[in-house]
Amino acid sequence: MVMSAAMVNAEAVHKRFGRVEVLKGITLQVQPGEVMCLLGPSGSGKSTFLRCINHLEKIHSGRLWVDGELVGYRQVGEKLHELRESEVARKRAAIGMVFQRFNLFPHMTALENVTCAPVRVKGTQRQQAREHGCSLLDRVGLGDKLDAYPMQLSGGQQQRVAIARALAMEPKLMLFDEPTSALDPELVGEVLAVMKQLAGDGMTMIVVTHEIGFAREVADTVVFMDGGVVVESGRPTDVLDNPQHERTRAFLSKVL
Amino acid sequence: MPSHEDTNATGRPEDIRAVPVRRPGRWIAAAIVLVVAASLVRSVVTTSGFQWSVVGEYLFDHRILEGLVVTIELTVIAMAIGILLGVILAVMRLSPNPLISRASWLYIFAFRGTPVLVQLLFWYNIAALYPKLSLGVPFGPAFVHPDANTLVTAFRAGILGLGLNEGAYMAEIVRAGIISVDDGQTDAAQSLGMTRVQTLRRIVLPQAMRVIIPPTGNETISMLKTTSLASVITVTELLYAAQLIYSVNFKPIPLLITVSIWYLVCTSVLYVGQHYLERYYGRGASRELGPTALTRWRAAMLSPKHEWS
Repeated sequence: MVMSAAMVNAEAVHKRFGRVEVLKGITLQVQPGEVMCLLGPSGSGKSTFLRCINHLEKIHSGRLWVDGELVGYRQVGEKLHELRESEVARKRAAIGMVFQRFNLFPHMTALENVTCAPVRVKGTQRQQAREHGCSLLDRVGLGDKLDAYPMQLSGGQQQRVAIARALAMEPKLMLFDEPTSALDPELVGEVLAVMKQLAGDGMTMIVVTHEIGFAREVADTVVFMDGGVVVESGRPTDVLDNPQHERTRAFLSKVL
Repeated sequence: MPSHEDTNATGRPEDIRAVPVRRPGRWIAAAIVLVVAASLVRSVVTTSGFQWSVVGEYLFDHRILEGLVVTIELTVIAMAIGILLGVILAVMRLSPNPLISRASWLYIFAFRGTPVLVQLLFWYNIAALYPKLSLGVPFGPAFVHPDANTLVTAFRAGILGLGLNEGAYMAEIVRAGIISVDDGQTDAAQSLGMTRVQTLRRIVLPQAMRVIIPPTGNETISMLKTTSLASVITVTELLYAAQLIYSVNFKPIPLLITVSIWYLVCTSVLYVGQHYLERYYGRGASRELGPTALTRWRAAMLSPKHEWS
């Protein structure tokens, strides 16, 4: 069964680290243009699930599709065949990811960070990649920081470069792994503003976050995870203001 | 009532001008060092055995200079082989395939665990083991059969011995560099669609260089001096060139000094090169690049407030 309409379709996704089962059957769908926020206590498997979507982690059972294609495998009849590394890489190129700790390349300037993948992976002409990179950095408010090295930027600026870097590959889906958790409080707003703008432009986004305010304002769907399962999901107003489960209520009372 | 009213026109209190603590120990230590140094210099200048005039005579002798060229060739080629081999062995060692990783471990074990002098002699005598070498399909037909004695000259044996030995050391240095790079860098590179090779080449290795360069500089300086071991297998490098001369004129001391001067000149050049390489690969690692050695030296010499403390 292939859900060609959904951007992400997860069916009973399981993931173990050694003996510890981190994901115990995640089933959910993300439609094109949808913004989904994943909430939950640390260790609930949110980040792991996000990493499974672009095959940074292998899933152990269940099925995961992105844009109608299986993640990491090709199905021939009943059998699954592992994809070759180059095929996995090509699929990852269409999915942008933003990390908690930015993970900018410290030996490259902001602009080089943004143009590196288009030039090396997509084979974009250098000049064209530069122009696109400049306009992207401009869009995240860093048009004057093209030649700055990551160390010379604040956390908020680094994370905005990281968003521009992911966008440079023109992804159809963006994954955000706690993008504001490593930031000083006064820098959180500038990153959320960029993400809000991106959501407004119609980007499909999955955001692991602790920013309840952002989830309420921007998300189409809020998913609450705990202990490797989806406890409840729905519209932000339903899940955040009128939670049905005790665990959701307990979590929200702590973070709000 | 005491107050801090000694303010100047801008309203800021004046800078503190305190009497510095006396440090007699430092003066005594400095005096001892000076006396020892002076007596050493006196001995070097006045002892006739040094024969400085002979040193001057041979410093630019064409045999010495030719030996110097061989020493530099040995250093450069052996280090190039060592670095290339080191990167390959380090990547093999980090391979998920246990056979490949073990093979790398075994190589490092063998080549790091035996003296380089033994290895040099081994390659020099390789003809005793394989009089005829052959190149072809393993267990199948061979295409060429070069004679080991003509193929492995003394110089090539030196290159092999030094380069293959160096590869084992460089492997550990490169591996330490690769491990020092944060895993998040690989995550980021792969999430952008880079393959493992691209990630290594474009993201991990350039960052690992910051950790790899300083010990590699040491290795190069060490290699420059280790090439003198090739004198044992009759490679006419700097030391052997000098030995050939003093075996005829019986003036070993001035010729060994001549050789030492040239080694010092080469290591000095290498120090400077290492400094600028470290600067290059350190870019992005700190907010600002520090001054180069030259500008720092100039600043120290020209600074009006040069302090002895």
